[in-house]
Amino acid sequence: MYIAQEAPGAPAEHGYNVLGVPLAEVIVGLIAFGVLLFVLTKFVFPRMESMFQQRVEAIEGGLVKAEKAQAEAAALLSQYKAQLAEARTEAARIRDEARADAEGIRTDVLAKAREESDRIIAAGRDQLAGERASIVRELRAEMGTLAVSLASKIVGESLEDEARRRGTVERALAELETAGAR
Amino acid sequence: MITQPGFLASEFPPGPEVFDYKTLIPSLEGSPWGHAFTKLTLLVWIAVAIVIVFFLVTYRNPTLVPSKKQWLAESVYGVVRNNIATDIIGPQGVRFAPYLATIFCFVFVTNLWSIVPFAQISPNSHLAFPAVLAVLTWFIYIGLGVKKHGFFGYLKHACVQPGVPWLVQPILIPIEFISNLVLRPITLAVRLFANMFAGHMILLVFTLGGVALWNAGPLLLKPAALGSWAFAIIMTLFELFILSLQAYVFTLLSATYFQSSISEEH
Repeated sequence: MYIAQEAPGAPAEHGYNVLGVPLAEVIVGLIAFGVLLFVLTKFVFPRMESMFQQRVEAIEGGLVKAEKAQAEAAALLSQYKAQLAEARTEAARIRDEARADAEGIRTDVLAKAREESDRIIAAGRDQLAGERASIVRELRAEMGTLAVSLASKIVGESLEDEARRRGTVERALAELETAGAR
Repeated sequence: MITQPGFLASEFPPGPEVFDYKTLIPSLEGSPWGHAFTKLTLLVWIAVAIVIVFFLVTYRNPTLVPSKKQWLAESVYGVVRNNIATDIIGPQGVRFAPYLATIFCFVFVTNLWSIVPFAQISPNSHLAFPAVLAVLTWFIYIGLGVKKHGFFGYLKHACVQPGVPWLVQPILIPIEFISNLVLRPITLAVRLFANMFAGHMILLVFTLGGVALWNAGPLLLKPAALGSWAFAIIMTLFELFILSLQAYVFTLLSATYFQSSISEEH
């Protein structure tokens, strides 16, 4: 039952052939190796392959995630920068506006004040003119009587004559007015 | 051993018959099936059981971040997968990785028996076991070649070297045919068998030689016996190196043969 029979030249005194391949050992070897191959290829190595694959995916997934996070951070940063620039220009614009407003208000107030003072001055002037006119009128009336009484006292004669008296007073007043106007 | 060495020393020098393991089942003594139940076949079964249990236990609950045991199991497969299958065959070598890894584990553990105390013999020192593996590899690489190139295409692929002057071809083609298609399984099997056979023989020579020297009588030879045993220990370590190397070489050559079958160019 040997697959490889003893070499023809082999010494016959010992019954063992070193290069003999007994069929029984071949069968044992085949079955033993077959069992090992079956169990390992069926239950162990595919699980290892899937584990390697999962590991690769986990690492690649981590890389992708990190890349995504980085891109997100970059986008946020640029967004913040844009917002900051916008806020700055807005602030500048508001400042400029405020400055312009203040200028406007100042000129307004100044104009109003000037107007008011003009108005007050004009009112004062009107009042003054009115007062002057009334004073002139009073003086004119008073002056007539005063002048008449003064004249009668000086002249010692009664100037009862209405017509004469009026004419004299009128004349004196006109003279006074022309003198005041001059 | 030192007090009762007479029996062992009587076997010195060891001959090839030390490899003639008798069957463990007395009723099969003399029957051809006795070879199926020897110390060697028992060691083969134990080796297979060890490898299966090792992988099933270490890979029972695999996790993405491996435990130490899981890492060990993965690196056994990973070395064969990445450093042998993928490196030699290329990306498609991954599909041969399970076969190659099984070959490696089987050969390595059965080889390891040659230095394990009380076993101290590798089943691979009987030609039958390496022959089984070598013939399996032979079938596979011829099958791969025929599938890839067709029967005659593969014959041409394996035997005809391109770019050789046509005058040389009549000599070269038979040489290539014999070396690539006939001798490869034989060399593959004999390389492993002979290494394990010789390794066992060397260990026996130094161990039993030490016993013979110790028993030889003259006191002067006793230190020589100690030297012989010391050298047996050194050779055991050397045997560890050789048996690992042979397991690696067997796997590597199988991968190389697969690659030569499925390659496009010669």
